[in-house]
Amino acid sequence: MWRDAALVAGKDLRVEGRAKVAVNQVAPYALVVLLLFGFAFDQDRPLLVQAAPGLFWMAVLFSGLLAVQRSFSIESADGAIDALRLSRLEPAGIFIGKVVAVAAQLVVLEALLAFGVVVLFQSRLGGAGLLVASTLVSTAGVAAAGVAYGALCVGLRARETLLPLLLSPVLAPVVLAATEAWRAALGLSRGDGWRWLGILACFAAIYLAGGAIGFGALIEET
Amino acid sequence: MSSSSSLTRALGISALAAVAVNAWWGLSLSPPDKVQGQLVRILYVHPAVATMCYAGFGLCALGSICWLWPRTRSPRWDRLAVAGAEVGAVFCAATLITGSIWGKAAWGVWWTWDARLTLTAILFALSLGYLALRRAVDNPHSRALMSSAVALLMALTVVLDHYATAWFATLHQHTTLFKPSPSIHGWQLVTMCWSFVALGLVFAWMVVHRYRLEALEERYESEGYLVAIEARRAEGQPVSAAARPETGRVLVGSAASAERAEALVEDK
Amino acid sequence: MVLTARLRSAVALAGRYPVLAGTDLDVTAGEVLVLKGPNGAGKTSILRVLAGLLPLSAGDAEVLGLDPTADARALRPLVGLLGHQNGLYDDLTAEQNVRFVARAARRSPDVVPSALERLGFGGRLRGAPAGKLSAGQRRRLAIACVLAKGPRLWLLDEPHAGLDVEHRELLDDLLREVAAGGSSVVLASHEQHATVRLADRVVTMAGGLVLDGVIVAGQPPGTPAPSCPDVPRAEVTNVA
Repeated sequence: MWRDAALVAGKDLRVEGRAKVAVNQVAPYALVVLLLFGFAFDQDRPLLVQAAPGLFWMAVLFSGLLAVQRSFSIESADGAIDALRLSRLEPAGIFIGKVVAVAAQLVVLEALLAFGVVVLFQSRLGGAGLLVASTLVSTAGVAAAGVAYGALCVGLRARETLLPLLLSPVLAPVVLAATEAWRAALGLSRGDGWRWLGILACFAAIYLAGGAIGFGALIEET
Repeated sequence: MSSSSSLTRALGISALAAVAVNAWWGLSLSPPDKVQGQLVRILYVHPAVATMCYAGFGLCALGSICWLWPRTRSPRWDRLAVAGAEVGAVFCAATLITGSIWGKAAWGVWWTWDARLTLTAILFALSLGYLALRRAVDNPHSRALMSSAVALLMALTVVLDHYATAWFATLHQHTTLFKPSPSIHGWQLVTMCWSFVALGLVFAWMVVHRYRLEALEERYESEGYLVAIEARRAEGQPVSAAARPETGRVLVGSAASAERAEALVEDK
Repeated sequence: MVLTARLRSAVALAGRYPVLAGTDLDVTAGEVLVLKGPNGAGKTSILRVLAGLLPLSAGDAEVLGLDPTADARALRPLVGLLGHQNGLYDDLTAEQNVRFVARAARRSPDVVPSALERLGFGGRLRGAPAGKLSAGQRRRLAIACVLAKGPRLWLLDEPHAGLDVEHRELLDDLLREVAAGGSSVVLASHEQHATVRLADRVVTMAGGLVLDGVIVAGQPPGTPAPSCPDVPRAEVTNVA
């Protein structure tokens, strides 16, 4: 399974290495979203600092949707998904591989977005341990849920619109918990940030396990 | 074909009568509350509607789990799941609307980031996604498998949402406007209990009809099966007449297999 | 004669539409079988059934000793399918595409250069991204992927589409070699060329049925077909 995961992750990242869709399209898009949030708050700086964690995670959610759609459009563009179904690769391996590839792209994107939040909203990053831990765990959850629902939608009608409808409410606890964890880490709230990490870890565990078990059946039925 | 029977007609009429009684008691017979005034009357709708919403989603989860479990797998559970989800979504919308009306009157705002409100809104969004997914899949087996897997994952997500929204609401120190409910008694209590009976009957009537509708749709599709196969073969008629005069054997053999397929479509 | 695949009264649905309407088909080991027929006759669907990608809703089937509906997971690695689409990753090079297929099939990396070589991918062409190749080159690359997978049953949907004369002959030679090695080849084709030069047997499809697909009658499914030495090859062969 791990060998298959490495093979699929390597393939996806190699495709991204050449196509550079995440670098040339998703990342600029995410920064534009941050910029637009700034306009929406009418340069109200204290409010922007307060809202920065939430805006950051909304930007991650939007770009995560794009990353997941891209991850499956490379499979469905020329019917490569059939080749995957016909291969000897274990479904759980394909799932983990695609999650790793999406998560790797999201982590790079998040670093960029964090930089954008500091520059545009004058946030002060702090609480490094909680910040990094909650970011990594949330990213794993977003990628796992995204790939699970992406596989579900891959062969369906109107998948471009169905995926956001399915995925966005599912990611509600991640956006909520990750935002609160960041607020705690940045000293914007007095809450216990590590408690939110628990929710994020549960979410990631549910979707990593559920996806690994169910991926074969999901990718089958389209 | 129809989804009604003498049972559902009786159920429907009694549901209608129960709702009428509920309206009469709730609007005129029961007195205004000492504390809440006329506002108390929303208690004769909202709690029962919310309960039916949870009951619908509960049926959906039950149907999905029983369908996924190999020993109990049957199209019946999938029908129950879709009936529960659809009726649950309707009651969920009604919950949000009646809740908002109450909120506007009692708290002065249509919406507040209270844990229960937020959770109900997330539930509604999840149920819309679930129903959209069902519409996007044609194959009945695929539809049942995918939607029950999604229902299961969504149910687990809702558990997390429950904790997240609870902590979220307490953290933000929103004025919790839920006062400890003034103890109600007399006609108020009777009317409120009756609303559960009335809306329970409405709920049961809707679920039974939706379930039967799903069964009828499946039957319609399987009845069209033989016709569809004959039509499909006729598409090749000019060619087959020239290439092979005696298609009879194939037709007989396949009619038998079509019957087998029909037997498969019926409850396993 | 050993049967590689056998369909009996096979019905497959696309939504509610029966793409296969109770069809029969035998495929023997080591033959090149050509499916002819008008558009929409069910040729692609029968290939997908044989690959274990399209489940049967009625009827019996056995492919390489497996039930393509129940044992799809076991069957799929044993077949190679070339569909309408080539199944290539545009952003990977020709060589990376073939290497991914070979590694996913758990085959030795040595098959990659030989498969590329065989389909005429030498020198700079190997390092070109698949998206930059011409339609005919992409078709050849997809066939190289099937070759690298090393299947026991080749299922090809219009494999000659877009190929020039030279590479058609190259493909014909390859497929004859594959069949001589004991694998079976089923290909859907409109082309006279394929039916005349390549086929051991040609069957016609229309309206979701194969009109003359049975060569071993009365076999209960699940039992291996006996060899029939008294049936001369000429009677089995039915070149239109």
